[in-house]
Amino acid sequence: MRRVITITVINQSGVLNRVTGLLMKRQFNIESITVGHTETEGMSKMTFIVNVDEERKIEQLVKQVSKQIDVIKVNDITDKSIVMRELALIKVVAPPNLRAEINSIVDPFRGSIIDMGKNVVTYQIVGDPEKIDAFIELIKPYGIKELTRTGVTAFVRDAQLKPTTQISILK
Amino acid sequence: MNAQVSTTTENDKQLEKTTPTPEQSDKPKTGADIFIESLKKQHVEIIFGYPGGAVLPLYDALYRNPIRHILARHEQGAIHAAEGYARVSGLPGVVIATSGPGATNLVTGITDAMMDSIPLVVFTGQVATTVVGTDAFQEADIVGITQPITKHNYQIKDVQDLPRIVKEAFHIASTGRKGPVLVDIPKDIANAVFNFDHYDENEEIYLPGYQPTLQPNFLQIKKAIALIAQAEQPVILAGAGILAADAAGELTEFIEKYNLPVTNTLLGLGSIDGEHPQFLGMAGMHGTFAANMAISECDVLINIGARFDDRLTGNLDSFAPKAKIIHIDIDPAEIGKNVDTDVPIVGDAKLALQALLSKDFDKKDTPAWEEYLTECKNQFPLWYDAEAANGEILPQQVVELVDRITKGSAIMTTDVGQHQMWAAQYYSHRKDHQWVTSGGLGTMGFGFPAAIGAQFAFPNKKVISIVGDAGFQMTLQELALLKEFNLPVKVIILNNACLGMVRQWQETFYEERYSSSMIPVQPDFVKLAEAYGVKGYHFDNIATLEADLTAAILSDEAALIDVRVKQLELVTPMVAPGQGLANMIGVTKE
Repeated sequence: MRRVITITVINQSGVLNRVTGLLMKRQFNIESITVGHTETEGMSKMTFIVNVDEERKIEQLVKQVSKQIDVIKVNDITDKSIVMRELALIKVVAPPNLRAEINSIVDPFRGSIIDMGKNVVTYQIVGDPEKIDAFIELIKPYGIKELTRTGVTAFVRDAQLKPTTQISILK
Repeated sequence: MNAQVSTTTENDKQLEKTTPTPEQSDKPKTGADIFIESLKKQHVEIIFGYPGGAVLPLYDALYRNPIRHILARHEQGAIHAAEGYARVSGLPGVVIATSGPGATNLVTGITDAMMDSIPLVVFTGQVATTVVGTDAFQEADIVGITQPITKHNYQIKDVQDLPRIVKEAFHIASTGRKGPVLVDIPKDIANAVFNFDHYDENEEIYLPGYQPTLQPNFLQIKKAIALIAQAEQPVILAGAGILAADAAGELTEFIEKYNLPVTNTLLGLGSIDGEHPQFLGMAGMHGTFAANMAISECDVLINIGARFDDRLTGNLDSFAPKAKIIHIDIDPAEIGKNVDTDVPIVGDAKLALQALLSKDFDKKDTPAWEEYLTECKNQFPLWYDAEAANGEILPQQVVELVDRITKGSAIMTTDVGQHQMWAAQYYSHRKDHQWVTSGGLGTMGFGFPAAIGAQFAFPNKKVISIVGDAGFQMTLQELALLKEFNLPVKVIILNNACLGMVRQWQETFYEERYSSSMIPVQPDFVKLAEAYGVKGYHFDNIATLEADLTAAILSDEAALIDVRVKQLELVTPMVAPGQGLANMIGVTKE
């Protein structure tokens, strides 16, 4: 079960280490982490994607992380209506004769070209992780030279509508 | 030449400017001075420690101040002494060690304190900030090392932060679920001059991420009461949380007012008078039959301040199978961690008990349940076979004698293993804050230095340390402190010339293959004691044991008492690993 956990922390040195160390000690496997400043000075927000199989374990995770002195707030936002975004940079082998074809795949994903060489183009793509996965699958046959992803950052939506079950990667 | 002279005069002028007037003749205050002042503000009276290069400035400031410093003979001795001090006094224990090896020698004690929620504030020296991270001499990343084993830790990076951090460290260590806090002080920070310009002495502690819940939720208390009121087979499991909250009085009042039977965890012993008729004995792996059956058969289990440790619960699938569970704990993370809870209550044990006492409901009238428990108690009490001992002393008899001689009211400390279980079982634990043992971590070498710390906390109380021959040899160097400070600690070695508990498991589960658990060569403990200037005794005669022990224990001097006990004795009864509490072996003499 993939869970999205957001953690608001006081921006002290070592705080990331405290949180990841704790997850390691309690045997949680971290899929991705992003960290950055928030609107409040001195506060940072971390977004973790963790794989947990039991309800009890995820409850433990939230409680144990909450106990850290430098942690202000922990939320498991998986079941809420949320906005999730990740950014990927993908270097694709795109010789001129194929470039138009590749671009026709990139366009619906609203990807953008951020660097271009003779035979290689670097695309930037932003979206929820599934969208990026889908894009990677489509572009793979052309030859991915290099790929890097930032990990997910997430927000709870302002209006908590029931999450739609139908997910369109083109949305 | 002239130029030089003129520079000198210039320097002199400068010096004159900074030379204080007679009224403020003190040198400018350094980090080390502020450190001592901060300790004084926390009413620290005693520090256990060991100096070294990186803490020289702190020790120099200590030299000029009245706070008592006890020089242990090993950092591990210092920190276990601080734990013993904290456990019996309820005050945070304070430890200082130097950087590198000094700091790493504290790791076992810090972990022990973390597992057993003992308030400690540990100060370690560190190499100067300018060389931190360069593998400098005696550098160890103690903040990194102790991150998972402290409640919180700090490295001071600016001397101006020192008073705030010391204040926070004491606050965090001694509130909420107590625990160890480490503060790492680089040498240059201790030497740096403190600037009083923007210093507000009375600045309030601001820790937005640390707001422990003390007052239990009113609705949850109501739910708990409703559950207890309709219970037909209730039992209370009282843990160390009662002692940490100083709530033994409230617990006794509560069980007496509502006629509830009570059992203890290992660390909760003393939270209820061990002779109380409603007390069932300790529960768990080596608990009494009555206590374990009470948990297995109860319909409502009220856990106050225990964390459902695996040595208590046995196999979780068959733990309290019929019971609705009320769990009162100050640490929300403990609730639901191991055992599903029906009524979770986050809060301080004392406040929770007061809240429970403030509501009125009928005194429990459960004759069938009481009769069942009484029968369990009377029919299957703790037992040992004195006849089969062939004149050898049984360790259980030693503890029973100690209990009789001290009337169960001495402070008792132990290590971990067989002797610990016998001490838990056969000592009567008449009062709170007198049982000091290493529960969660199970640390050999803990008991003796912990007794030293306890004796410093209560110089006039009788302090007995029951240890094994193996564990004692892990920290025996602290014997020097008994002589140096005239501490009348009585160390009783239940000497079976083996690692008793390891040997017991090898006998029971490994077909008597005693792999590395026998100790054929031992020191002469009497001579060892004498070498340290302490009175040594060697007892092996059961006939005179009572008189011998009485004389040694009632004397005002320190004593190291080597009692030779039967080697192959087993701790009984026992819940085998992986089994449920109701499935005990060794309940009766076969």
